[in-house]
Amino acid sequence: MKLKIYVTRIVPQEGIDIIKDKYDVDVWDSEDVIPYEALREKVVGITALFCTISDNIDAGILDAAGPSLKVVATMSVGQHHIDLEECKRRGIQVTNTPDVASDSAAELTVALLLLTTRRLLEGFEAVKNGEWGKWKPMWILGTESLNRTLGIMGMGRVGFGVARRLKPFGVSRIIYYDVTQAAFADDVGAELVSFEELLKESDLLCVCCALTPQTRHIFDKSAFSKMKSSAVLINTSRAALLQQSDLYDALKEGQISAAGLDVTDPEPLPINHPLLSLPNCVILPHLGTNTTDARSNMSINTAMNIRAVLEPLE
Amino acid sequence: MTSPSLCRLRNFLIRVNTSISSSCHQNTRKMSSVKPSVYVTRRVPLPGKEILASECNVTQWDQDDPVPRDELLRQVKGKDGIFCLLTEKIDEELILAAGPQLKVVGTMSVGYDHVDLAACKKHNIKVGFTPGVLTNAVAELTVALLLTTSRRLKEAMAEVVNGGWGTWKPLWLCGQGLDGATVGIVGLGRIGLTVGKCLKPFAVQKFLYSDAFENPGAAEIGAQRVPLDELLANSDFVLACCALTPETKEMFNKDVFKKMKKNAIFINTSRGGVVQQDDLYDALKSGEIGAAGLDVTVPEPLPTNSPLLTLNNCVILPHIASATDKSRSSMSELTAKNILAALNGEKMPTEVQIN
Repeated sequence: MKLKIYVTRIVPQEGIDIIKDKYDVDVWDSEDVIPYEALREKVVGITALFCTISDNIDAGILDAAGPSLKVVATMSVGQHHIDLEECKRRGIQVTNTPDVASDSAAELTVALLLLTTRRLLEGFEAVKNGEWGKWKPMWILGTESLNRTLGIMGMGRVGFGVARRLKPFGVSRIIYYDVTQAAFADDVGAELVSFEELLKESDLLCVCCALTPQTRHIFDKSAFSKMKSSAVLINTSRAALLQQSDLYDALKEGQISAAGLDVTDPEPLPINHPLLSLPNCVILPHLGTNTTDARSNMSINTAMNIRAVLEPLE
Repeated sequence: MTSPSLCRLRNFLIRVNTSISSSCHQNTRKMSSVKPSVYVTRRVPLPGKEILASECNVTQWDQDDPVPRDELLRQVKGKDGIFCLLTEKIDEELILAAGPQLKVVGTMSVGYDHVDLAACKKHNIKVGFTPGVLTNAVAELTVALLLTTSRRLKEAMAEVVNGGWGTWKPLWLCGQGLDGATVGIVGLGRIGLTVGKCLKPFAVQKFLYSDAFENPGAAEIGAQRVPLDELLANSDFVLACCALTPETKEMFNKDVFKKMKKNAIFINTSRGGVVQQDDLYDALKSGEIGAAGLDVTVPEPLPTNSPLLTLNNCVILPHIASATDKSRSSMSELTAKNILAALNGEKMPTEVQIN
């Protein structure tokens, strides 16, 4: 009898194709999130769970699955939606997709940075609402990255990718804060500094670190007060790294110049949220790795992770 | 000699002396008041105006919006130099209105398609422009526009405010990455090459370029010079970085779009005139090409009812490629320096070579 795999959403078919012949694969046939109760029913007796960041994989789901469950494979880098302790306790392996997504995520981070520093959103509005007149020398002037200091919070795959991509734009100095020195930081000439110095010295600050108990709300009122008033803050990792209401205040009062966010609390952000009223706050709807190729690769990677766990057991 | 003769001689010498000294005085007055006059056609970043004001009599249209044509024609009369923007047409009519004393026109732009070079040559007028100082800003904005188009950021931002943003979905608003892509640059000049250098670390697999000349700088990004058709057939991203000339006018037309890949993303930050705009609309609407990002259009501004603005796969910015403090200040300074050099009979820092 074929082992059962449950897939919690419609995902790129390339991943499903890798597992559908050998295993009994059931898919929640929707682009929308499977409700918790429905998921509890569907996971009964499965050996592998193919999930996404929208699914809450807690003790209740693991209980419902039962002792047959060997692996929880998430189609994401982040694992915050999975109770890792509970999985460990039950001997359930957890897998994710760190490498295949990093180019795409770093590219999106740089895209968001440029969107923010060069005021593209204001440009689009001006075109749409008829504010665009004849060419003027001093209209919608943005900030060039040339000769600025780039600060990276978290010199991991994405942080490094961001630093590499921004170098040719002429950033004069790259600094980073991380728990340890990153060997590859030398490749971009990035200098390890303290968190304080990162805040004080950065003109462009990109948050590229994981969300952990230590980094939760690390960008709060105190942090914003130490930053330059001309600084631009970009967050494409997880919303909870920022104290969001403190960010609102900092932007409103000009403590920092602008922010670009790909992640918010909550997601989606309600359309009347105060952050959306700020001209110096650019918000994207958690695009992250939104290219057809990256998502396809993530799907394939997830399926291959499942096979890597299950095949040795057969 | 009789006294009356001496008196007459004395009076004659006095008259001659007076006439010589008064003509010297007149000459001195003429030299000290011979400051050249320059007309500045707009409110511009201060550095340029300050440089001019130190040696010239400067008259200026001190407004953010362009000087009307009839006012411009009145104001240039008798001027030695004109500091203009791309919004002013420098043609035979204007040159004649200025008069034969006009020596130089400095445009605060790198494009000079608004300047009739033949007319300038005919009347011995030098033309200054502003290459180099805006290259970085323009390359940066070109990449910003490319990424906004390829990653569908404009559509995405609209979803954030219109309630279309739901919970995360694996297949929602997926775009195209630069990693593994082939990028084709049409016109590998200062800007084209700098754009290429900025794109290189995005894991672009191959750079192609098409140009009238080989650019030795292409080796820095490993770009291969190919015929235009080959570039069009193979590129996932096609970037227009060429000047607008009679040869490049409307070169991006229906035949060219047909030769491009179906998923191709077309980016234009050069001049709207290199694109046959109706053909572009058709190509985007029918899916002949994937998407387009434009910082320049015909006309500028684009009317708000332009069909291009109805397309989700067309991203339009209001010609802001060089719009940074740094860049515009430098452009203003360089324009003033070009004008002063010409007025002083010195070599201009950046003069348009008129053939």
